Amino acid sequence: MSFFGFGQSADLDIVLSDGETRKKAEHKTEDGKKDRYFLFFDGETVSGKVNVTLKNPGKRLEHYGIKIEFVGQIELYYDRGNHHEFVSLVKDLARPGELSNSQSFDFEFAHVEKPYESYTGQNVKLRYFLRATISRRLNDITKEMEIVVHTLCTYPELNSSIKMEVGIEDCLHIEFEYNKSKYHMKDVIVGKIYFLLVRIKIKHMEIDIIKRETTGTGPSVYHENDTIAKYEIMDGAPVRGESIPIRLFLAGYELTPTMRDVNKKFSVRYYLNLVLIDEEERRYFKQQEITLWRKGDIVRKSMSQQAAIASQRFEGSSTPSASAQAKDDSN
Amino acid sequence: MSEPTVADTRRLNSKPQDLTDAYGPPSNFLEIDVYDPQTIGVGRNRFTTYEVRMRTNLPIFKLKESCVRRRYSDFEWLKNELERDSKIVVPPLPGKALKRQLPFRGDEGIFEESFIEERRVGLEQFINRIAGHPLAQNERCLHMFLQEESTDRNYIPGKMLQQD
Repeated sequence: MSFFGFGQSADLDIVLSDGETRKKAEHKTEDGKKDRYFLFFDGETVSGKVNVTLKNPGKRLEHYGIKIEFVGQIELYYDRGNHHEFVSLVKDLARPGELSNSQSFDFEFAHVEKPYESYTGQNVKLRYFLRATISRRLNDITKEMEIVVHTLCTYPELNSSIKMEVGIEDCLHIEFEYNKSKYHMKDVIVGKIYFLLVRIKIKHMEIDIIKRETTGTGPSVYHENDTIAKYEIMDGAPVRGESIPIRLFLAGYELTPTMRDVNKKFSVRYYLNLVLIDEEERRYFKQQEITLWRKGDIVRKSMSQQAAIASQRFEGSSTPSASAQAKDDSN
Repeated sequence: MSEPTVADTRRLNSKPQDLTDAYGPPSNFLEIDVYDPQTIGVGRNRFTTYEVRMRTNLPIFKLKESCVRRRYSDFEWLKNELERDSKIVVPPLPGKALKRQLPFRGDEGIFEESFIEERRVGLEQFINRIAGHPLAQNERCLHMFLQEESTDRNYIPGKMLQQD
């Protein structure tokens, strides 16, 4: 709010020092649209400049301090007033005083911990952002810059297959098998359904991927289920001894990594739901949880770059995520 | 420098299927026909019965073939028993057609040929739908309806299989 002709105001702008080279990633906003934001990983430094541009040249800007914050917070939609900040860093850029000209302030948040992945869901949002503030007597001037964080993993050491026999006594017995219990987001689910007993008239069979977002604790736990995918794997009536293969490519679906009990506030879990439908539209199903994780992109690095990374690792000066990517690269 | 890893999408190994299983009769054979409507009695005391013939190879049914005569109120009885004793959402029966039972109609009312045919189709759909339900197959009332001479309204309701 600025009064015409009275006082001075300013525009704030945040510019990253590696804005030209840093990758951007797509992320869904609360109203479902997709936007691109700068992508960061755990341990990376966040640095740049805050540009203060005075609106009325010649007039001075009085202020009570200029600062920049790096914030990671969880917002529960049903409790908007309370933001749970799990990362909160501040850098003071200017002490209370006056600005007579437009000015730029450098900032650096070194090796910032970003323990969780950015997430925008049905009832909860986890986000990271930079916020520059010029404190003033009546009203502050602020500018926020949203960033996106991805959490990367490498291939898990233990990844057993899921194999189980289920059914309804004397009616329907099947044995289902999925080749892994942990899948990365561009992986393929390979499995099979083996029919041991079929005394009902099955019309078709499908496999669904269900995402369950859980918010809240104790008595007020709230689950939000969303069917991400429905994939028909069999059309027609099977008989005993038949094996139906499953091959489901995950890359085509909108997925996030499995997030368990993030900051004790929410979880995002994924389930495979095997559904058999009989001729009278009755549904028989078996749900099984799977773990989804994000694999780092393999970047083809030049020989000199690889040598540089290898020597860094030797000296122990690289961040954990960079060495994980380099390890992946050399596999 | 390694190539990006491509996922192994080969099928999982499975046991070869026994040929008698592959080409033999399926284990889920169940067919029920509702046919041959007969109107019995005279004047106000008339009613229509239908032949209900069942053929199956499901082990839960004692008889692999059965043939009984049932009327609309027997189907109603079955529906009520199932709604009371089981957790199933029972499919709907064709309508009661109370309007057709009022006097001073121009036609035969509920004994009109087209109406009887309409009802026969509805009853056949109903009984096939419910007889294939694994939970309904466990109810004594269904077995009595399909395979016993008459439906004993004084029977003791219960389940066919032992419950854990």
